[in-house]
Amino acid sequence: MSEEREKIIRVENVTKEYAVSASRSLIACDNISLPFFRGQTLGIVGESGCGKSTLMRLLLGVERPTSGKIIFRGQNICDLKGEALRRHRQRIQMVFQDPSEAFHPKMKIKEILCEPLLNFRLIRKSEMKAKAAELLTMVELSPDLAERYPHALSGGQRQRIGIARALALEPEVLICDESTSALDVSVQKKIVELLCRLQREKDLTIGFICHDIALVHSCAHTLAVMYLGSVVELLPCGDIEETARHPYTKALLSAVFDLEMDFTKEIDSIESEAPSPLNRPDGCPFRNRCPRQKEICGREKPPLRSVAPDHFAACHLLF
Amino acid sequence: MLEIKKITVRYGENPPVLEDFSLLVRRGEIVAIVGESGSGKTTVIRAVLGNLPGDGRVTKGDILFEGRSLLSLNREEWRRLRGTQISMIFQDSGAMMNPTRSVGAQFVEYIRAHSGLTKNEAREKSLEMLSSVRLPDPERVMKSYPFELSGGMRQRVGIAMALAFRPKLLLADEPTSALDVTTQAQIVRQMTLQKKESDAAMILITHNLALAAYMSDHIIVLKDGKVVDSGSRDHILRRPESGYTKNLLAAVPAVKGARYV
Repeated sequence: MSEEREKIIRVENVTKEYAVSASRSLIACDNISLPFFRGQTLGIVGESGCGKSTLMRLLLGVERPTSGKIIFRGQNICDLKGEALRRHRQRIQMVFQDPSEAFHPKMKIKEILCEPLLNFRLIRKSEMKAKAAELLTMVELSPDLAERYPHALSGGQRQRIGIARALALEPEVLICDESTSALDVSVQKKIVELLCRLQREKDLTIGFICHDIALVHSCAHTLAVMYLGSVVELLPCGDIEETARHPYTKALLSAVFDLEMDFTKEIDSIESEAPSPLNRPDGCPFRNRCPRQKEICGREKPPLRSVAPDHFAACHLLF
Repeated sequence: MLEIKKITVRYGENPPVLEDFSLLVRRGEIVAIVGESGSGKTTVIRAVLGNLPGDGRVTKGDILFEGRSLLSLNREEWRRLRGTQISMIFQDSGAMMNPTRSVGAQFVEYIRAHSGLTKNEAREKSLEMLSSVRLPDPERVMKSYPFELSGGMRQRVGIAMALAFRPKLLLADEPTSALDVTTQAQIVRQMTLQKKESDAAMILITHNLALAAYMSDHIIVLKDGKVVDSGSRDHILRRPESGYTKNLLAAVPAVKGARYV
């Protein structure tokens, strides 16, 4: 199965460190390797501070990794500079979390939508109106909105504008960083449906970052679970409740409130909170919260190993 | 405990943001108000606390707390009620605190504003409250500034403060929405535990239907200021009356639920 899917991006052993002071550094991403398959969605779940947004910034070329490579169509994008980097950015675009803060409040919707196209000189100013109408129709909005300002739109409409702007340049990869988190559930569902439709039509590759494992499960092909800068589990996004192996993934799943849960049972969750990335434990990053910690967990950091076809987990207890 | 009788809330001459809203919470009971943004759920809490912003006011109906109307209270009476008998848990307890002062200083100040305790007694009480919500190392938390604590810890501080005077009524506005899922589960467990011990009544505002169903005895679904459904958990989940509630139920993502790909 994996042979026939084209890997559009390969993240290879990427580490990103930020210097906090002369002697200390914060490891936001620790030796991460991930594949992005063409036309599919890779969902990335994790709690605050797990490095998921840093990873996305690396993919977008906003930041450069401390070590490791990001291969996009055979080319290491971490080496790109100047005009080549600017050109590259057409191919990976981003949808932001908060649609009310992602736009300049004094720009009209058509200016927002066409700015990237004008920037890359793909259209003329005289074509703006027609292009804006086309983009608005693509995201199921009325072309009349083109002359409005962002504040006149609802949150859901604004997020559709965010998606339309990101897709204006016809990128191959779309990165959605918590793009549905600020929205109401019913709107959230519609945005996810829209993304899935656009993915099918345009053969888009999507990186979908979200803290809500149930939502990611509904729209991703593959799920990567991150914890304190490491990918702890990478699994096909089918029946994850049955297939998940890593104790952290299981803890995330059991902490979800959904309508099918047993309301009489006490909600299950691991105790304590994730340590600060400045203060990571030796060995397995998850060990101080793990219910089944063993001696080896403190000595060695478990690597990501195959537990089933296309399914990898980083845990000593599974082997 | 608290009875809201058919209240209507308006801002200025605008159409009402909340219409004919009624609610009854008994001792030890949790009532959840569920709705999307702009549905008027926060307005309910603000009306109960008597601090509707701007020119907002209750134009019809009445709010009774232990049989006494809250709408006719004067400033001093409000001061004695708020923070002691009725208290509030905010969405982000960090934002409620002053970022330039330590948690301890603010906790002590809060306790002393509502009681005749000395500084040391108030400090003891703060520490006791902080350990009751299972914050590790309360001494250190007291010395910390709000930004030095994680979101979950700040929320625990918020709960500790809200419970300091054993309030009869707790108002919780999206108390776990800003938290990570595992932390959310911990905070929910903490709140359920605290509720069992203190026997307080609670109004829980949330956009998360599943959370409402888990925590509460009674659920009210609001849309555009109007109640579209109201009833027990089973009633809302299994036999909702309005199409709106049905849509809302269908939109809640579930791990076993539908996939679009």
